Amino acid sequence: MSEPFIKIENLSYLYEDDSVDNSPALEGLSLEITKGEFVAVLGHNGSGKSTLAKLLNMILTPTKGKIIIDGKDITSEALSDDDVLSLRRTVGMVFQNPDNQLVATIVEDDVAFGLENLGIPSDEIRRRVDEALSDFGMLEYAKHEPHRLSGGQKQRVAIAGVMAMRPECVIFDESTAMLDPLGRKEVLDSILKLNREKQVTVIMITHYMDEAALADRIVVLNDGKMLIDGTPSEVFEKERMLLDAGLAIPQCTELVHRLRDSGIVLDGDCVDLDDCVELIANSIKII
Amino acid sequence: MSGISFGQYYPARSLLHRLDPRIKIILTLLYIICSFMCKNIISYALLLFSAIILVIIGRVPVRIILKGLKGVLFILLFTAVLNIFWTTGDSLLWQWKFISIYAEGLYAALFIMIRISVLIIGTGMLLTYTTTPIALTNAIEDLLSPLKKLHVPVHSFAMMMTIALRFIPTLSEECERIMTAQKARGADFSSGGLIQRAKALIPVLIPLFVSAFNRAGDLATAMECRCYNGGEGRTRMNVRHLRFVDFIPLIVIIAFGAGLITLNILGIGYTA
Repeated sequence: MSEPFIKIENLSYLYEDDSVDNSPALEGLSLEITKGEFVAVLGHNGSGKSTLAKLLNMILTPTKGKIIIDGKDITSEALSDDDVLSLRRTVGMVFQNPDNQLVATIVEDDVAFGLENLGIPSDEIRRRVDEALSDFGMLEYAKHEPHRLSGGQKQRVAIAGVMAMRPECVIFDESTAMLDPLGRKEVLDSILKLNREKQVTVIMITHYMDEAALADRIVVLNDGKMLIDGTPSEVFEKERMLLDAGLAIPQCTELVHRLRDSGIVLDGDCVDLDDCVELIANSIKII
Repeated sequence: MSGISFGQYYPARSLLHRLDPRIKIILTLLYIICSFMCKNIISYALLLFSAIILVIIGRVPVRIILKGLKGVLFILLFTAVLNIFWTTGDSLLWQWKFISIYAEGLYAALFIMIRISVLIIGTGMLLTYTTTPIALTNAIEDLLSPLKKLHVPVHSFAMMMTIALRFIPTLSEECERIMTAQKARGADFSSGGLIQRAKALIPVLIPLFVSAFNRAGDLATAMECRCYNGGEGRTRMNVRHLRFVDFIPLIVIIAFGAGLITLNILGIGYTA
């Protein structure tokens, strides 16, 4: 693993119509993401995390800095239309609002949409659509109309639509923010599945701590700058910094921290509920 | 609101439902032409008979057909009355003061009623009842695709139609939500005159428009991210290949039309 899959160098972005305060949405951000990694980008509203997503997908062009994806400089002006297409095929994107990203009136047609755009032969499209739908448990809904599905199901259709294009990396831009707890779980399971089983690089933009805990690595943004970069357990150790950035650590991690503060010895990291249960159980056994 | 169904599509399994939508559009056009070729009583009887046959093949309940006709009942009766009282001819049937009814008038009324009903039933059975809106859109795109050579943006129109169909339920849900929200703030949509009611809708329409524009922006981004690049070089998942069987209905309707022309030439029965 010599060359990183995504390399962000000194990236800055300033919204031009920002007349109120002229602080950039992103400032001097540098980041490297390797193939197959699962990175969560955390930050409260206005931290620049969504701007980052838009920059990665070439919806916005950076004011300063460079983004290199798979060896191609996507900020270069010499980028041809074909390059843009092939990059968008390599890096897929799932958005926040499940209603606003489904194009077709029937689930399977929507999954086929990207493939149809790429000009893939029809029998190959058929095959890939069925595969993607069954991968994300939506095959039985193939003929349904999107508006009759739940939020979580719609997002799974959107994921299937992106995955049918066989991307190497998928960016989730707060894809769970508008869902109920059940829908969130469905989508998170799908994200984990495509990262673990399909070895797809995942960048998950979120403001939920417990979601970020699922990632291999968390990047915390605050006011357009990188605040912390590390594994979930490393990040959650820095409770003070997170609170200053308007973020709260997961409840179970906080519980462990408080127990430690009151003198109870708990050895090990606590990222999710299972860790927490294990730590406390171990300490009770020792006593 | 989830029960909303747009168009008149009636889901069923029938030959007409399975027929290629492109063929159905051509059939409908030919059928309309046929209905205007009818000139005498036998051909009108045949036309009515063909509509009944269509309903039977299409397996759409008569109840639904009658509901469709109810919408044009006024036009049917109005044209019938006009024809009865205003047609003059040779055989006077009944006269009272200035009102006179001729046999020609009764025939004309009958014919116009048959023609209008058959047009409604025929287009319904061949298109709207048996074809989903999306299949119809795709078929229109296919049939009009030769116009692409003349730089008519056929694909864009079809895409617009598709997106409109996709967002009708979403926006109607949204509209209902906004109305509920405004009602909770004391808005009154159900009293006052026409102008007052129209004014009451402004606080619903403005948020609805704002949200529709936001959705459009999001959708455009999402489509771009999925490599949408206009119609160039696009393929389709479901390509329908026309087989010989698909052409049989065309042969039947052409034969039907030829039969009608023959009847006109022979001039059997009462001719209008």
